[in-house]
Amino acid sequence: MSHDSHGSAGHHELTWTQRYVFSVDHKVIGLQYLITSFIFLLIGFGLMGLMRWQLAFPGTPIPFFGHLFSADLAPNGVMSGEFYNALGAMHGTIMIFLGVVPLAVGAYGNYVLPLQIGAPDMAFPRMNMMSYWTFLPGGLLMLASFLMPGGAAQSGWTSYPPLSIINPGQTVWLLSMVILITSSLLGAINFLVTTINMRAPGMSLWRLPVFVWAQFVTSVLLLLAFPPLEAASVLQLMDRVFHTSFYMPKDLVILGETYSGSGGGQPLLWQHLFWFLAHPEVYVLVLPPMGIVAEIIATNTRKPLHGYKTIVYSMLAIGFMSFMVWAHHMFISGMSASLGNFFLVTTMIISVPSVALMTCFVFSLKGASIRYNVPMLFALAFIPLFAIGGLTGLPLGMTVTDIYLHDTYYVIGHFHFVVVTGSIIALMGGVYHWFPKWYGRKMNDTLGHIHFWGTVVTMSAIFAPMLFMGMGGASRRLYDPTSQLHNLPVQGWNVISTYAAYALALFQLPFIYKFFNSMWNGEKTPENPWQSTTLEWACPSPPPHGNFEKTPTVYRGPYEYSVPGRKTDFWPQTDKN
Amino acid sequence: MGKYAWSLPVAASTYAGTIDFGIWLIHAAMLGIFTLWGAFFIYLLVKYRARPGVAAVREDHDDTPAHISIPDSFSKFPFAQMIYRNKGELKSLIPDAIILTFEVALIVFYAIPVWSNIKSTVPDTKDAVLIEIVAEQFAWNVHYAGPDGKLGPRKVALVHFSNPIGLDRNDPASADDVVMGNELRLPIDKNAVFELLSKDVIHSFFIPEFRMKQDAVPGLKIPMWVKPNRLGKFEITCAQLCGFAHAHMRADVHVTTQAEYDDWYKSRLATMPAAETASNPSEEF
Repeated sequence: MSHDSHGSAGHHELTWTQRYVFSVDHKVIGLQYLITSFIFLLIGFGLMGLMRWQLAFPGTPIPFFGHLFSADLAPNGVMSGEFYNALGAMHGTIMIFLGVVPLAVGAYGNYVLPLQIGAPDMAFPRMNMMSYWTFLPGGLLMLASFLMPGGAAQSGWTSYPPLSIINPGQTVWLLSMVILITSSLLGAINFLVTTINMRAPGMSLWRLPVFVWAQFVTSVLLLLAFPPLEAASVLQLMDRVFHTSFYMPKDLVILGETYSGSGGGQPLLWQHLFWFLAHPEVYVLVLPPMGIVAEIIATNTRKPLHGYKTIVYSMLAIGFMSFMVWAHHMFISGMSASLGNFFLVTTMIISVPSVALMTCFVFSLKGASIRYNVPMLFALAFIPLFAIGGLTGLPLGMTVTDIYLHDTYYVIGHFHFVVVTGSIIALMGGVYHWFPKWYGRKMNDTLGHIHFWGTVVTMSAIFAPMLFMGMGGASRRLYDPTSQLHNLPVQGWNVISTYAAYALALFQLPFIYKFFNSMWNGEKTPENPWQSTTLEWACPSPPPHGNFEKTPTVYRGPYEYSVPGRKTDFWPQTDKN
Repeated sequence: MGKYAWSLPVAASTYAGTIDFGIWLIHAAMLGIFTLWGAFFIYLLVKYRARPGVAAVREDHDDTPAHISIPDSFSKFPFAQMIYRNKGELKSLIPDAIILTFEVALIVFYAIPVWSNIKSTVPDTKDAVLIEIVAEQFAWNVHYAGPDGKLGPRKVALVHFSNPIGLDRNDPASADDVVMGNELRLPIDKNAVFELLSKDVIHSFFIPEFRMKQDAVPGLKIPMWVKPNRLGKFEITCAQLCGFAHAHMRADVHVTTQAEYDDWYKSRLATMPAAETASNPSEEF
């Protein structure tokens, strides 16, 4: 195989910079993505901490931090409407585009995918490096937009025009998005080529671990969904900078002034282009974590996953269908009401493979011998909590009930259950699962348990109140909920949600501490501490440059656990007998 | 003041009850699905915990079909054979089938007919109050067509602080029109038909008690309707982020008897500027 020679080519001496900064090794890039995106998640979480204070105690100065901000943003330490909107837009953008996607795809995909298919590296190592070094400046540019005159983008992470055309901060947001999308596209192409061309001998498609399938489908989604948003962002940039009118209708009167642009554009065009990306994006956020959950469950149930093929076909179906449901975000946007019926039907169709996936995870437990270690706790918690997220999507995907629930806190509760108690929980579980592979050491169990229980309980206590508030009719994106009468009956939930968010922050401390501490002080682990079958456990921990000493040969499917008549209860893919 | 409400607010329009029915039905189904699955899940977690001396048991699945014996009676039916061979796999689709049936029933018998009634059909304006809502940062302008049932024309050039929607008072159709800021009054048990517009950015017209929501998009004129059936004071809120003072974009809704409504309308009409004064828009336009 051609990649044999590639593997040995990496033996010349590398400088420290080549090894840890501008590295072309997929494992170093994966860890760079991992740490960067966790830091971005923390920043996004911090922004939310400020917003939550304002939501629970509107009009009171933000403790400790309030006076650090300029008088424009927070006069006397009290958050202004502009500042709240900027925090809201940046929280969403950072969490999704700088946090969860790079973590799920850039970090886990980069590190684990080549190992699981038995490849020495990604197909295009330099492009891989370029992807990270495009992502990081894009992310820093996004953060830097807070320093711009007028502040950061403040039109929501969805950036609906005409508001986004006339609001400050949006230009840097758009430039940064174009850079980030470019980075994602570089990664997606690399993953696709790697999965198709770099599989070890014997690794047929039906022997790929579910995680690889999930990354594969995700890359297809990124490749097809991001270019429309990139184009749409460039158009919005034109509207802002060159006063074109792709999204601006004629005869606008803004705060008493007639708008100078020529007009003739259509604001709904942006929404269609945006959601054409952003709905597949939801599955980009969810599929890789599902892949992680599948790996952890298979390992710790000591039996094959229930319905491996059903899971794979479901993922393919979800990927395909995700391009046909985007306008369920737009039922009341003013698009033709009969279009609503079409998107209602496609939305219900996409729930079928999603339910099938969850069913397979639950049925996988039947007949198992479940080991309750820390990664398994996270993977198991994913199932019911993600289910809440999925189920609360039903009344939102149904046209009639969406009339009432759209743009209320119910929506916020719904997608946070999906992305936070779903994706992020699974991504945290992945850290505990693969940490021994990354560093040859293990993270502490006691602190792991504290982190797990604290996180699950506080996350639920943040988001469940949002569902109640939404049922009560509370509108989202109001910087002061008490300024409107209809929010008052549910305002108490905001306080609970805020305290829970601060508690969640505290429960991350053991995780952050132990993550860095265990790199040097963790208990040393063997090559395959979980007694797993997939290929990443067949190379040293941490794997050297080039990964495998010699190209592995694959003899069987990914989850051959508890095969009758064998001495051990796992049969690695690489073992001939 | 209770601060921990978790339920829907009072229903104050004819279709509010229909929408609530759907919300409660879906939530009942969700709760049922979650409880059943949750119970099964916990049972599995307890029953199949790792215990010394007890090994995991593999299931029959389609990767290892060879040792499954198929009853002879199936030999003539390849399709039945295939189903039997994959019965382990197919069993996991049963919950899917149940949920799918429920969803299809909801779509066919509930969602499509109700949605079409609320959003695609607008009642005849002859027996209805005709109102134009012109949203702007950060106010709701309410333009009543009046007894003639005709909305006076608006002109961008006439927009002024004293005439926020740019109503042309010289047009005969405007003679009985009333324009109010942040105040919507509706007679009870009578259809109200709206045309929803925006002057600047996207807003969303939301009255929680009416279960009524529609985005206002600049450049589009979007029809909507409601029939209030409960007296009282409610609130219009803007449900779409529209700028720094989005939280302050609200208006009062009063549902009154027809007689009260008529009295109020007459008193408001008396305060509207006459045609002559409005015919001289300020020079800056």
